[in-house]
Amino acid sequence: MSDEVVIKTEKLTKKFGDFVAANELTFEVHRGEIFGFLGANGAGKTTAMRMLCGLSIPSSGSAKIAGFDVYKQRDQIKKNIGYMSQKFSLYEDLTVLENISFFGGIYGLPDKRVREQARTLINELGLGKEADKLVGSLPLGWKQKLAFSVAIFHGPKIVFLDEPTGGVDPVTRRQFWDMIYDAASTGITVFVTTHYMDEAEYCNRISMMVDGVMKALDTPANLKKQYKAQSMDEVFFELARGAKRKAD
Amino acid sequence: MDVAIHNLVKTYNKGEVNAVDNVSLGVAKAELFGLIGPDGAGKTSIFRILTTLLLPDGGTATVNGKDVVKDYKLIRREVGYMPGRFSLYQDLTVEENLGFFANLFGTTIQKNYDLIKDIYVQIEPFKTRRAGKLSGGMKQKLALCCALIHRPVVLFLDEPTTGVDTVSRKEFWEMLKRLKAQGITILVSTPYMDEANLCERIALMQNGKIMSVDTPPKIIQKFPTALYAIKASAMGRLLVDLRQVDFLASCYAFGEYHHITFKPGKEGEQQTLVQLMNAKGHDDVEIKRIEPTIEDCFIKLMN
Repeated sequence: MSDEVVIKTEKLTKKFGDFVAANELTFEVHRGEIFGFLGANGAGKTTAMRMLCGLSIPSSGSAKIAGFDVYKQRDQIKKNIGYMSQKFSLYEDLTVLENISFFGGIYGLPDKRVREQARTLINELGLGKEADKLVGSLPLGWKQKLAFSVAIFHGPKIVFLDEPTGGVDPVTRRQFWDMIYDAASTGITVFVTTHYMDEAEYCNRISMMVDGVMKALDTPANLKKQYKAQSMDEVFFELARGAKRKAD
Repeated sequence: MDVAIHNLVKTYNKGEVNAVDNVSLGVAKAELFGLIGPDGAGKTSIFRILTTLLLPDGGTATVNGKDVVKDYKLIRREVGYMPGRFSLYQDLTVEENLGFFANLFGTTIQKNYDLIKDIYVQIEPFKTRRAGKLSGGMKQKLALCCALIHRPVVLFLDEPTTGVDTVSRKEFWEMLKRLKAQGITILVSTPYMDEANLCERIALMQNGKIMSVDTPPKIIQKFPTALYAIKASAMGRLLVDLRQVDFLASCYAFGEYHHITFKPGKEGEQQTLVQLMNAKGHDDVEIKRIEPTIEDCFIKLMN
């Protein structure tokens, strides 16, 4: 992790009518940091992430993502980030190789580089025999590992992971985190949401959203100290219990 | 036995995929039984066979003494089913959905209100809202009410807590305990290993097979070796270094700590390990013996 700031927000706010989905979020994330973004259902995580990815224009406040402005340079933001979620990541009816080529192309990588890098990636993942199989036929764990690799294929500064390990078996879940550590060690910033509290422990810092507000932000160790809790599960429970909002 | 499954088989893609691979298990009356496993373990296929929505390719299964193939019409009257995907009518209101399901089963909301009261009061303030406009947590509660309104003998819940935050998950399991106390047999599935302890008995499943069936404490007792937790100031580097140690049998991240087991005959080498890690420049190395969790057992059974 370095001192270089790659996400910087100042009172970032999103309103839908009278409803304040994300309320004056102010925080910084560093280069190569694994930043856990936690919160109960309806706490405003998705809204905040959509703004950070340049998909939704804030109502007020400011933010710079990889040095680009969330109001004026949203196309630049999209080029410099990667994204994967549990719900959507790859095209099931394209093969492994086709998915890699497709996403490489979307991000404007030259054909030659896509071909070379795809070969390396497929070997690293041990998918040599599966390269020409449809992604839909792969086990979920493999799919998610491939999806993560595709999300960082174009060398983004930041990768956003929205519940990347949901429903994945415990062994594959750990292999997935090995990949996250590797990516972070090369300088990619990892912004991740999860419902698994053991995974919260793997993050450098954790933020907790409650009712649209960032209620806590610190290292897992400091949060446990502050809330006199044995586990992150207890910290989460302590913070989320006071939530008034129950919407998604 | 309210649910009895013998050598159940279900294949897809002309036999290419063994979704349910020779599974046998029984669930007693008023038991809270959990199918624990990741996506692709075969949990949903089992639910769909037991609720008579899918025909098995081999083996037999009975629900409340009735055969899932021959007596499917009888079974449908006696079971409640909450599928993993929200399946109520999005354009009907909360109240209309509940009334519809009551009507379908020839009963009324009033008649079985006592069964759903605890849950329904939480969504009653929104009873005129369309189901499609509810939050995830409220949808889940409405779906549970609709699955219960005809007072089923057996309740099937397919991943009711997936994608739900820990606070709502805790509330949901409290509701299940109260339903069990009213004599309802519950078969529930979950990918969250930490929820296994909330069931009376569990089946740990992977790739269509059952790896172990027992009460959670007994599954933990069966863990074959001593398990240790270790931590130091640089956890990522510690994991890499631990993987190089030849007298360790296993080593994986587990929240705040890494969990390790020693090779046979090498138990008691804890201090050697600490010295070794200190020599590699690790500070604040702490090691302690711990009781395995269900997730540790699952990982062990997978290998």
